[in-house]
Amino acid sequence: MLYLPLIPLAPFVGFLLNGSFGRRLPKAVVSGIALVAPLISFVIVLHAALLVWSSSLTLPVIEQNAPSWISVGALHVDFGSVLDQLSLVMLLVVTGVGFIIHIYSVGYMHEDQGYWRYFAYLNLFLFFMTVLVQAGNALMMFVGWEGVGLASYLLIGFWFQKDSAANAGKKAFIVNRIGDFGFLIGLFLLLANFGTLTFTEIAARLEANPAMTGGILTAIALCLFVGATGKSAQLPLYVWLPDAMEGPTPVSALIHAATMVTAGVYMVARTHFIFDRSPLALSVVAIVGAATALFAATIGLVQTDIKRVLAYSTVSQLGYMFLGCGVAAYSAAIFHLMTHAFFKALLFLAAGSVIHAVGGEQDMRRMGGLRTKIPVTFWTMTMAVLAISGFPFMSAFFSKDAILAAAFASGSLGKVLWFVGLVTAALTAFYMFRLWYLTFFGETRNHDVHPHESPWSMLGPLVILALLSVGGGWIGAGRFGAFLSPSLGVRTEEAAGSSEYLLMVLAVAAGALGWYIAHRMYNRPSTADGLAATTPAGYDLLANKYYVDEIYGSAIVKPLLAFSKYFLEWIVDVAILGGLAWLLAGIASLGGAILQRWQSGNLRSYAAWLALGAAILLVFVLAPYVFGASGIGLNLTGH
Amino acid sequence: MNSLHMVSHEVPLAWYLLLSAVLFCLGVVGFLIKRNLITVFMSIELMLNAVNLSFVTFAHQWHQVKGQIFVFFVMMVAAAEAAVGLAIIIAVFRARATLAVDRIDLMKL
Repeated sequence: MLYLPLIPLAPFVGFLLNGSFGRRLPKAVVSGIALVAPLISFVIVLHAALLVWSSSLTLPVIEQNAPSWISVGALHVDFGSVLDQLSLVMLLVVTGVGFIIHIYSVGYMHEDQGYWRYFAYLNLFLFFMTVLVQAGNALMMFVGWEGVGLASYLLIGFWFQKDSAANAGKKAFIVNRIGDFGFLIGLFLLLANFGTLTFTEIAARLEANPAMTGGILTAIALCLFVGATGKSAQLPLYVWLPDAMEGPTPVSALIHAATMVTAGVYMVARTHFIFDRSPLALSVVAIVGAATALFAATIGLVQTDIKRVLAYSTVSQLGYMFLGCGVAAYSAAIFHLMTHAFFKALLFLAAGSVIHAVGGEQDMRRMGGLRTKIPVTFWTMTMAVLAISGFPFMSAFFSKDAILAAAFASGSLGKVLWFVGLVTAALTAFYMFRLWYLTFFGETRNHDVHPHESPWSMLGPLVILALLSVGGGWIGAGRFGAFLSPSLGVRTEEAAGSSEYLLMVLAVAAGALGWYIAHRMYNRPSTADGLAATTPAGYDLLANKYYVDEIYGSAIVKPLLAFSKYFLEWIVDVAILGGLAWLLAGIASLGGAILQRWQSGNLRSYAAWLALGAAILLVFVLAPYVFGASGIGLNLTGH
Repeated sequence: MNSLHMVSHEVPLAWYLLLSAVLFCLGVVGFLIKRNLITVFMSIELMLNAVNLSFVTFAHQWHQVKGQIFVFFVMMVAAAEAAVGLAIIIAVFRARATLAVDRIDLMKL
């Protein structure tokens, strides 16, 4: 028996309980509620996965006769959920990693004033995320999509007393709205052209009509992709993700690395039948993905804040996933999504453990030599660094290779994108090992703090995720595509070619090169300026993140603010609307001043008006009789 | 010999109505020009009874009992109104020591 509706409902109940009563409950009860809720979801998903594995459950499970939500004219939307191979994998990642990060948070947030609020938001996030993943139609997906945006906003601005955190929350929300606008237009276009928003029905209609390509499908795909660029932090809407690091570190791990930001990839994979029909849209996805991967990786090279390095790394890795989607290797993209969830969650949690150990310091220039002080964190972080760098037989080795091989196999554009991906792989290895050396090696550069290892509620999740980061690749190596093919269609391009081993060697070599350069630059005692010394001009450009925030600020934000202030506020609001309201009020009070005289308070004047009124009515009633049918007035007789 | 015939031979319908109208107009004029509240009140009673007269007239004319029933209603309301109205007049007199309508104008802002 499957209890699919319980998967989102359990965290929602957790949110309601902690959100309503958490303030008055003891911490142990709050943590109990907050941990049990995602555990229930995870157990249900795991149970379903085991049933599938033992072949006693056939996918997809599509909820029949789901309660109807909207039924207007030809539009019917229900609450139906769908469990197929794709959503099963995604649910496992979301609830599994989500549960692990909930455990970690108990240790990490223990001293925080808003402990209950934090867990209420975190459960709310899981609720919306599972709604998004399970959605059987695009509108339910949109509900989850907006909901995770809300949870993300609440958690980025969790320490809202800090201006920077409050502003980062607003930035994330507003940038996401731009993407959501595209998503919404895409939904309208789907509705207008297919008359339904249910994924299976759209897919069936497309299958029944093989001649339908390009044109409107390209428009739909590109609109949906605009939504994906917002949520998944791709060019040009990636700017919110680095700022989102203002939130608590477990939030960065769960929402801004492992799950929410991959929703865009999931959405593209979910609607792959539309993208498949539009080569142009696919090319756009692939190019944007590859460009983002390279662009964010270069910025990541020089960041000094440990969490910002990881944030740009996330943007870059998401670019890989879109590159995979763009060359129609959806299963490779989802594979990388899964391994990325493991190692990037681990990187963030380990970084959180480092920050915890050195008393809240995030600047790597003031760390160093932590290897012996916090050994568990060091070793788990090492596993993650090796994994993301594509060290042979670690998780990202398989998934990144699958994407690069698929890119290489898809035409001349694919070859270029493959090369971009290869360069990015080298850059990735460089900035990860730079982080590794700066944090853990050399002499300590900050003598004020006495680093201490984190509690086991934090180290336990690190160890679990380290095991997954190391071994997670074996889950999917070679058979992921076959498993997902019922959801994503069979792709022949992904079949291993003779050149795949060469590509594999090249990718590993790129990673090794990145490691070697990082080693040469940063493995000296007390160095933190390795790259800065080599090319000052290039370093400045990267350290200022290509000035993108400044360009957006002066090209979009400032003109918009000026337009709002001078036109919308002064002219529209104050002059036109305010003037209109003032005019109406003036007319009313002038009329009142005149009519006021009528209310003399004198009984006899009222009586006189009454009598006059009655007399006039009488004239009107009697006029037809007196003057004949052609007379003035009302014809009360009805003849 | 029906009563319509009788009425038209004894006193014409119009006379009754004319009397009713005259009484009503007297009531209206009294209401408008008199200063004493009790006189104004009596003028209202006069108007009500003028209307009663026309009701009875038509009831007799058309052999309809409805008009007469209506008169009973009006008389009943008038009796209630007299009770309430006189109570108000006494209250006003106690409060203001006058019954001049012109000076009872506190309702004005």
